[in-house]
Amino acid sequence: MEKMHVKMNVNGKEVDLLTEPRTLLIHALREELGITGPHVGCSSSHCGACTVDMNGMSVKSCTVFAAQANGAEITTIEGLGSPDALHVLQEMFKEHHGLQCGYCTPGMITRAYRLLQENPNPTEEEVRFGIAGNLCRCTGYQNIVKAILEAAAKMNEIKESA
Amino acid sequence: MVPGAFNYYRPDTVDDVIGLLGEWGDDARVIAGGHSLIPVMKQRLSDISHLIDLGGVEALKGIIIDGGTVTIGAMTTQHELITNDALASAAPIIREASLQIADPQVRYLGTIGGNVANGDPANDMPGLMQTLGATYHLAGPNGGRTVAARDFYEAAYFTAREDDEILTAVSFAATSGGYAYEKQKRKIGDYATAAAGVLLTMHGGSCSAASVALTNLSDTPVYCTDAVDILVGSSVDDEAVAAAVKAAVDVSDPVADTRGPVDFKKYVAGVIVKKAIESARSRA
Ligand SMILES: Cc1cc2nc3c(=O)[nH]c(=O)nc-3n(C[C@H](O)[C@H](O)[C@H](O)COP(=O)(O)OP(=O)(O)OC[C@H]3O[C@@H](n4cnc5c(N)ncnc54)[C@H](O)[C@@H]3O)c2cc1C
Ligand code: FES
Ligand code: FES
Repeated sequence: MEKMHVKMNVNGKEVDLLTEPRTLLIHALREELGITGPHVGCSSSHCGACTVDMNGMSVKSCTVFAAQANGAEITTIEGLGSPDALHVLQEMFKEHHGLQCGYCTPGMITRAYRLLQENPNPTEEEVRFGIAGNLCRCTGYQNIVKAILEAAAKMNEIKESA
Repeated sequence: MVPGAFNYYRPDTVDDVIGLLGEWGDDARVIAGGHSLIPVMKQRLSDISHLIDLGGVEALKGIIIDGGTVTIGAMTTQHELITNDALASAAPIIREASLQIADPQVRYLGTIGGNVANGDPANDMPGLMQTLGATYHLAGPNGGRTVAARDFYEAAYFTAREDDEILTAVSFAATSGGYAYEKQKRKIGDYATAAAGVLLTMHGGSCSAASVALTNLSDTPVYCTDAVDILVGSSVDDEAVAAAVKAAVDVSDPVADTRGPVDFKKYVAGVIVKKAIESARSRA
């Protein structure tokens, strides 16, 4: 089967991959581009550890062919913040113990980012419903929800003072 | 888990899709959102050498509400169904049902066309389309044709669609009166143990029109003619509801699986149909 060119904008950078059509987006990101923030948890569309933002949608990148992402704008956890300049969500996850082993965290934060873009003032229930596609085996979710609600408040404060 | 190798096509028009299907026959499949198909391909349960992506066909996208008729393009996503306010006024049962499908990530990509064409009895949209009495629009090498949703499903994964046809849209009459889509599932993101869609119109204390359909309680979705006959003309009092629930459970034919044995599923079906009728009545 012939390889094909897949062009994407990943975290603000234009990339051009020559890859097999069957390559999944998660593998293109991790193995071909070295972007290892999004994780492989279940590989079966259930856990959300592989969540990335594609054209303004949270998607499970283990269930998207890179070919389908041709021309897309992709944001991963690497595009949200860096160790020197954490995203507000990352700061709040740190402050409120929203992570333990950290395996689910990149997917969780990338999903929470899109949720807050669509709904900047969510209720606790809306946060829980909005992150229902992301599983965490460690935290029991309580502190994740708290961190997202605090991040929403902080982001709104920053917006108001701007 | 990685699927077997295939050639990938992304045509712009329905005609080009039909052309490719004609060229590659049984070895070709269309992909919409991929959230039923890719998991199956990863398990290598189906042999697909030519994958035709419908994502580039603009004509398959969008929601049109014209007079009393709602037409939804096959490539419209569940997320778009939920966020479209005009659709929520024309047929609020669509939003209620869509919010109970899968999880946010799946709903951004999963389409109405993939959901109804798939033929999996566990999918929620086929039952919903029975409830609405929808019409399916198909396109193939000999042009277009329509099939009633209630005639479309033959057995699990067997439908009235020919291999060289695609589904282009679904259409149905805008609803008025009470509605409900109730679903019992083990957790968010799970398919239904039992689900039911109900529409109910009341006039001067009596039911003038009704619709009742079931999801994942047989190898196809089930439209419950007997339950409808019991409700129409009644005052939808407790006695009529109990009789309608019994009629609906009687036509269900679930199989035992990880969601429970047959008796349990029939029990849950009764609970869910009752909830759906009562919720629709309270909104009528
Ligand atoms: C974790 C998870 C949970 C889920 N939970 C639910 C749930 O609770 N309820 C539910 O209903 N669904 C559920 N789904 C399935 C999801 O809704 C799918 O997106 C949907 O069933 C199929 O839509 P799709 O666009 O992804 O189709 P695809 O996966 O792309 O296609 C499915 C099948 O339909 C065919 N097809 C697609 N479009 C057309 C067309 N226009 N014409 C002809 N054939 C076509 C394809 O060839 C394929 O055989 C879940 C999926 C996942 C991964
Ligand atoms: S790895 Fe993609 S959903 Fe689990
Ligand atoms: S922190 Fe370990 S899985 Fe979520």
